[in-house]
Amino acid sequence: MNIEWYIVLSSLLFAVGAMGILLRRSPVVILLCLELMLNAGNLALVAFSKMVGNQQGQIFAIVVMVVAACEVVVGLGLIVAIFRRKLPLDVDELRELRG
Amino acid sequence: MEAVLFFGAALGALGGAIGVVAMRSPFYGVLALIIHLFSLAVLFLLLSSAFVAAAQVVVYAGAVMVLYVFVVAYVGGNTESAWEPIPGQRFLGPLLGAAIFVELSIAVLSSSLIALGTHGADVKPGFGDPAGIGKLLLERFLLPFEASSILLLLAAVGAIVLAGRVVIDGPGKVSAEGSSEHSSEAPAERSEDPSALTSHAGGTA
Repeated sequence: MNIEWYIVLSSLLFAVGAMGILLRRSPVVILLCLELMLNAGNLALVAFSKMVGNQQGQIFAIVVMVVAACEVVVGLGLIVAIFRRKLPLDVDELRELRG
Repeated sequence: MEAVLFFGAALGALGGAIGVVAMRSPFYGVLALIIHLFSLAVLFLLLSSAFVAAAQVVVYAGAVMVLYVFVVAYVGGNTESAWEPIPGQRFLGPLLGAAIFVELSIAVLSSSLIALGTHGADVKPGFGDPAGIGKLLLERFLLPFEASSILLLLAAVGAIVLAGRVVIDGPGKVSAEGSSEHSSEAPAERSEDPSALTSHAGGTA
């Protein structure tokens, strides 16, 4: 398969993830959609790594995976903290920081 | 054969992604994301990067998704209200998503990367295997490797601080503790420990 196919699939997945973030209101689902976008970026990185024939893109993909794991841990911790304080789990209801 | 695998995995990845966005229950969304991650691992294997595919399955589909399932089970299923606070969000969201896709496609198609239309570079059989990745990670990229370990430690500590047990002492006074439910019993145990130690020491003396 040509590399183009992978890149187009990656941009399609990224667009689906962005659409999910714009559409959904539950913080858990928004985190899931963030995962989709990060994975789309990973697919593009690995595809470019194959295109150039250099393994450094895969190192970058692994680092992105580590950062995604950190983001998930902190995000889920925030969700649990919100839930424990009996606040609504809805990004439109949590508007105290809005100007 | 490669085309069949690619289109199968691409359909799985795309279907999983759409499932994450479309499923009303977050639990089914997590399951759809697991399908998406496995399909992506197949795509990584097609791109001859075995180690990233294995890490994808073990780290993402294994560990991270279990964390998601636990949090969804703790928080509860469908918490999303049906009404839209922003009028027309149902139409604006897909429109903006499509706009992002069109923009990315224009960026890809107008890039003058000639190698995009090829199968990629001819790689040796050992390309992307754990030995090569590990050598690169521990020699050339040692500093990012160590920095990411510090980042992971910080994230773990931050999650404990954020999601720790909330102790409400009085009205308007909320303090978070990282310890579990035994925090109230811990001082009692600690006060017993020295006496037990001294008695034991006296016994042996």
